[in-house]
Amino acid sequence: MATFMERHRKLERNVTLLGVLAFAAVTVGGIVEIAPLFWIDNTIEKVQGMRPYTPLEQAGRDIYVREGCYVCHSQMIRPFRDEVERYGHYSLAAESMYDHPFQWGSKRTGPDLARVGGKYSDEWQVQHLTAPRSVVPESIMPTYGFLKEQALDQGDMVPALQTLERVGVPYTKEEIAAANDDLKAQADPDADHAAFLKHYPGATVRDFDGDPKRLTEMDALVAYLQVLGTMVDVNAPAAQEHLAKEKGR
Amino acid sequence: MTHDNTHAGKVIDDATGTAKVGHEWDGIEELDTPLPRWWLWTFYASIVFALVYVVLYPAIPMLHSASTGVLGWSSRGVLAEEVAHEKAEHQGVRDAIAATPIEALAADPKLQRAAIEGGRAAFKVNCVQCHGAGAAGATGYPNLNDDDWLWGGDLNTIQQTLVNGIRYPGNDATRSSLMPSFGKDGILTAAQVQDVVSFVRVLSKQDPANGASRRGAQIFADNCAVCHGANGEGNRSVGAPRLSDKIWLYGGDRASLVNTVTNAHAGVMPAWTGRLDPVTIKMLAVYVHSLGGGEAAPAPAPAPAPAASAAAAPPAGAAQ
Repeated sequence: MATFMERHRKLERNVTLLGVLAFAAVTVGGIVEIAPLFWIDNTIEKVQGMRPYTPLEQAGRDIYVREGCYVCHSQMIRPFRDEVERYGHYSLAAESMYDHPFQWGSKRTGPDLARVGGKYSDEWQVQHLTAPRSVVPESIMPTYGFLKEQALDQGDMVPALQTLERVGVPYTKEEIAAANDDLKAQADPDADHAAFLKHYPGATVRDFDGDPKRLTEMDALVAYLQVLGTMVDVNAPAAQEHLAKEKGR
Repeated sequence: MTHDNTHAGKVIDDATGTAKVGHEWDGIEELDTPLPRWWLWTFYASIVFALVYVVLYPAIPMLHSASTGVLGWSSRGVLAEEVAHEKAEHQGVRDAIAATPIEALAADPKLQRAAIEGGRAAFKVNCVQCHGAGAAGATGYPNLNDDDWLWGGDLNTIQQTLVNGIRYPGNDATRSSLMPSFGKDGILTAAQVQDVVSFVRVLSKQDPANGASRRGAQIFADNCAVCHGANGEGNRSVGAPRLSDKIWLYGGDRASLVNTVTNAHAGVMPAWTGRLDPVTIKMLAVYVHSLGGGEAAPAPAPAPAPAASAAAAPPAGAAQ
């Protein structure tokens, strides 16, 4: 014991040695905590139904990030009874696997939005974004009515999708090339949707902001909100059984 | 630092009785005070706790998943148990509600109270955002406390509205109707819109009759009466609001009415089937029915088209 203390004393008195060994200790801790996430199977559940966001939804997502919605809204329902009863089935990692950056958050000034899709009508969403207190008197949300006035100037969606593809979102070459057409097609009920629906099966096509003549930022944001948490059928009995039985999480 | 004398045996400090580390800087020496016992034992105890925890709970990352732990604990498993336990506690009541036809619930006051409370809880989670915490509604979202119903206010009709929604895309049985955008689509000129609005304001006894309203009467008869009725009494089979009362969904002032006739409204309510289980929907219907405006089922029930029969026999004072 005495010799160990002697050696440790040497370490304490040599700042370079102390620095190198402290770094080594932290590295081991980091590797043990982080590295397994890359190979463990159940980091991301295997689920049915996940698809990348459509260009319009992605543009809406960019507006969501731009306006800082994440400052007050989380997108992560934790597996607790109070949350599950209020917001719906708890979030799965797989449901945000195409989110770059993810919007999980931890600050809830407003409610969680992970499963807000389909919960309200488009008209409600527009009214609530325009005048939150007209539908929720106690709300302290800022008004976002200007989104309805602003034409959607999303820029070129091709490089946007390309970037996402590079970080792992499985957009095909064809989908990337058609990004700008797909964006317009989704918000225009009168357009030809065959190609769009082939690229994004299950996506909804409609005018989202109540003004079919214009493509506004409101269209994009509402399209994004309406798809949140709706892609995976988490309440399917098979999925439920699998999730409840899974161990080691 | 002068000299290191640790190996030369411990030097005890006279004032404290504690050993010195054995070095000094300009006459200042350092005491080798041992760690407090309680701290040391807490430290050892936390190491033991960690070892036990690692054995009992998921902890060590392996090849395919983390170690499962002897207890087999998982946060999702605990949630599933908790929810199952809660469900089991309520199962008896829920089964009873499921087995009782919705009109027969009133015969069992205890069951009806349970259904109303269950509906109240579900309402707070799912309905208050549009219909308001007190179910008083807002512009565009109907007040559920009064007896002014758009599609009908008996238990079955309310339940059907909840199940299929109103103008809800993706639901084939959803309630559907569409008021034309008379002004926007050029069916009426701006002047005609003003005239018909004048007539509607006479119908609702807000204004006395005048020249404009007399011109509007003919326009109303030609364009509006088919849904809203010759005297603006409304028609529940198409969800056309009664116009002869003072209850307005989108506002009864001239500006709001002009906007409504020009652009029309088509309010949407989600279909709750699939999102909520049938018993919860039934409890919600009972709760909404209990709020004050609930109506008795239409007396002669010629099988289908309940909305139509409800509209055919509106009780006195009730509307739309």
